[in-house]
Amino acid sequence: MPTASVVKKSSRAPQRVANRVGRRAPELIFGDLWAFDPAPESADPKLKPRYDLFINGKFVAPKGGKYFDSINPANERKLTEIALAGPGDVDAAYAAAQRAADGVWGKMPGRERAKYLYRIARLLQDRAREFAVAETLDGGKPIKESRDFDVPMAAAHFFYHAGWADKLDYVAPGRRVAPLGVVGQVIPWNFPLLMCAWKLAPAIAMGNTVVLKPAETTSITALKLAEIIQDAGLPPGVVNFVTGAGDVGAAVLNHPTPAKIAFTGSTEVGKIIMRSLAGSDKKMTMELGGKAANIIFDDAPLDQAVEGIVNGIFFNQGHVCCAGSRLLVQEGIADKVLAKLKARIRTLRVGDPLDKNTDIGAINSRAQLTKIRALVAAGVKEGCAMFQPECALPPKGFYFRPTIFSGVSMSSRVAREEIFGPVLSILTFRTVDEAIEKANNTAYGLSAGVWTDKGSRILKLSTELKAGVVWANTYNKFDPASPFGGYKESGFGREGGRQGLLDYCKLI
Amino acid sequence: MLVRSPQAALQRLFDEVGSVDQIGIDERVAKYGTRSVKKSAKLWGLRTAVTMVDLTTLEGKDTPGKVASLCQKALRPHDDASIPPVAAVCVYPSMVRHARRALGNNSSVRIASVATAFPSGQAPLKTRLAEVKAAVADGADEIDMVINRGAFLAGEFGRVQDEISAVVTACGTATLKVILEVSELETYDSIRAASFLAMRVIRPGDFIKTSTGKTSLNATLGNNQVMLEAIRDFYLDTGVAIAMKPAGGIRTSKQALTFLIAVKETLGDAWLNNTRYRFGASSLLNDLLRQLEKEKTGAYQAPYYFSEAAESY
Repeated sequence: MPTASVVKKSSRAPQRVANRVGRRAPELIFGDLWAFDPAPESADPKLKPRYDLFINGKFVAPKGGKYFDSINPANERKLTEIALAGPGDVDAAYAAAQRAADGVWGKMPGRERAKYLYRIARLLQDRAREFAVAETLDGGKPIKESRDFDVPMAAAHFFYHAGWADKLDYVAPGRRVAPLGVVGQVIPWNFPLLMCAWKLAPAIAMGNTVVLKPAETTSITALKLAEIIQDAGLPPGVVNFVTGAGDVGAAVLNHPTPAKIAFTGSTEVGKIIMRSLAGSDKKMTMELGGKAANIIFDDAPLDQAVEGIVNGIFFNQGHVCCAGSRLLVQEGIADKVLAKLKARIRTLRVGDPLDKNTDIGAINSRAQLTKIRALVAAGVKEGCAMFQPECALPPKGFYFRPTIFSGVSMSSRVAREEIFGPVLSILTFRTVDEAIEKANNTAYGLSAGVWTDKGSRILKLSTELKAGVVWANTYNKFDPASPFGGYKESGFGREGGRQGLLDYCKLI
Repeated sequence: MLVRSPQAALQRLFDEVGSVDQIGIDERVAKYGTRSVKKSAKLWGLRTAVTMVDLTTLEGKDTPGKVASLCQKALRPHDDASIPPVAAVCVYPSMVRHARRALGNNSSVRIASVATAFPSGQAPLKTRLAEVKAAVADGADEIDMVINRGAFLAGEFGRVQDEISAVVTACGTATLKVILEVSELETYDSIRAASFLAMRVIRPGDFIKTSTGKTSLNATLGNNQVMLEAIRDFYLDTGVAIAMKPAGGIRTSKQALTFLIAVKETLGDAWLNNTRYRFGASSLLNDLLRQLEKEKTGAYQAPYYFSEAAESY
């Protein structure tokens, strides 16, 4: 009976493997038989040697006359210098924003405002390659990400909100909406242009005017966007950029003029801001840190889950507030997932961010690199098993190998603190309830991932996980129509979609 | 009773070998397309792809003359003598002896023959095995068989495997390539499951192959990836290295390089040669030659500078 014998053969397969324990385990060779030649993106980023503040539709020198250097984290060379704003400059920016809000922008019909947003979106698309290169030079992210994600997604946000501008009567059914007036915004360095678009597009679509401070290490693309804003003919004062470090940010946020403050950054700074604004009548939205759980059940499609884990934690060098930095794996498949993950990580290419084949670029700044190193050292000291692939790193610049920690417990620092780097902590769980409990056992609640073949489990977890976004069988998916924001210490308020617009208006 | 239904049998097999998420696979393979292969890496890739081609003619109108011309093209793809010969020619069983006459006995180009009532496989097993034996006796080095898709979809996995085993025996020393005909299996889950069924009964160095080239959908990066991952998992589990052949639909150098990048990043360096990876194609060869010429001279040559291979003659 041939059929029976075959069935027996396959059921005996595990023993066959066990019998070969003495044999060397088969390994795959990811060597340099077919090494790729350098493939640098060659578009001209068109950087100016010096960038001034953008106030009232014009580039103006800072009153204090001071500038600071902006360096390329991939090689530590100076790219350009950026104006350092003082309190007087922030005053001027807010005065311009107030005039624009009262004089022209707040009164303009939505359908007219939409034209400007469409124009900005199209101009950004026209100059996409130039912006992608500038973003990569300034921030260290791989060119394939700035080219395929940051710049197109930034344009998409302007397009999406342009579409809303003439339909604002339908944002809140049964109510009418009015702009808040002037808005102060501070954005982080991980997605400089995209965060700029996330903040600006809904604010100006709704009829507000803006004073925005980009992060000091990544101000270039915001100031290049200012050129587009000029070319689009946006009325002076609708968008103003002031540049500098934390003290400028504090001046923007604590200024008496704005009716609303929007901040994206660390939970630590967010708390300081909330403390300083307590008692004022300013509206606030905060998009803060995260320590997302990426949960893999034993029925998940494992190779795709591994791909999602890699995308979740190594996208943008892990400088992502919603990064899937805590991997929760069901115990029975933990070894298998770890083995697959190690194999996959060995094929990641770390190096020059401008090379089109680079998967992991440079860490944004020396300060961030120091912080990542310190937390990784803490993980090693706590006894977690560390794995890093053996890849060569460029001699200059800020680089860190993709790192995974296994055998991590819930009390480890690498499982509790946001590392904001390419570092993954792997924990295990046994049951669905334990997975939910561990996932929610954190001060953060920005995002989570669930990997399973079982649809009902996805629905259950999406309601029980305390996270603003729950991705099912995928990770790091964004869309302008989808609201994004956190629970708990990951912040409040939403960006994107109808919910995002509601955070920029008064209901009347 | 549910447990005996084909669905239940498939479900048990899926549980055993693991499932595949279609969106995840499609996203993974999209990233291969963004790899940028330039200069010497491109040359290496193109030359390696030439050595991996199974130059194919499978038409009702094939004649000994056509096969002889195909064999000449396989040995000497281009005027430029530095271009290596392809891996094999792939012909119908009745053409094997003509190919053998054209290539002689000491050729580096191997002769592959589709057999087992290709492409449908809908003939009695005895007939299919006889066809395999006849092709081997006529001088075929490799046999490309089709699996019994009807039996697979009916959940009769034992039968599918037994038939493959029987063909393995009939092959003798000839290398076997097992065609899954992915478009008829439809889902990535089924492709993965069928890959495992085949790999468990074939020998190290035998191939699994995507398709016959006779249906609407042939090799895609997606089903190539599913099969590469199955090969990888099977190899890491058992130490048995199975080879892979995507066939049909690969027409351009850019496509071929993207498939090779998938190999490089999934199975690694040990699979980047023609004993472990092949392209079942005909029009691909001239595009590879055209790109190689372009790398050498900096200009694209007119199509008539390249001798016709298989598409027409």
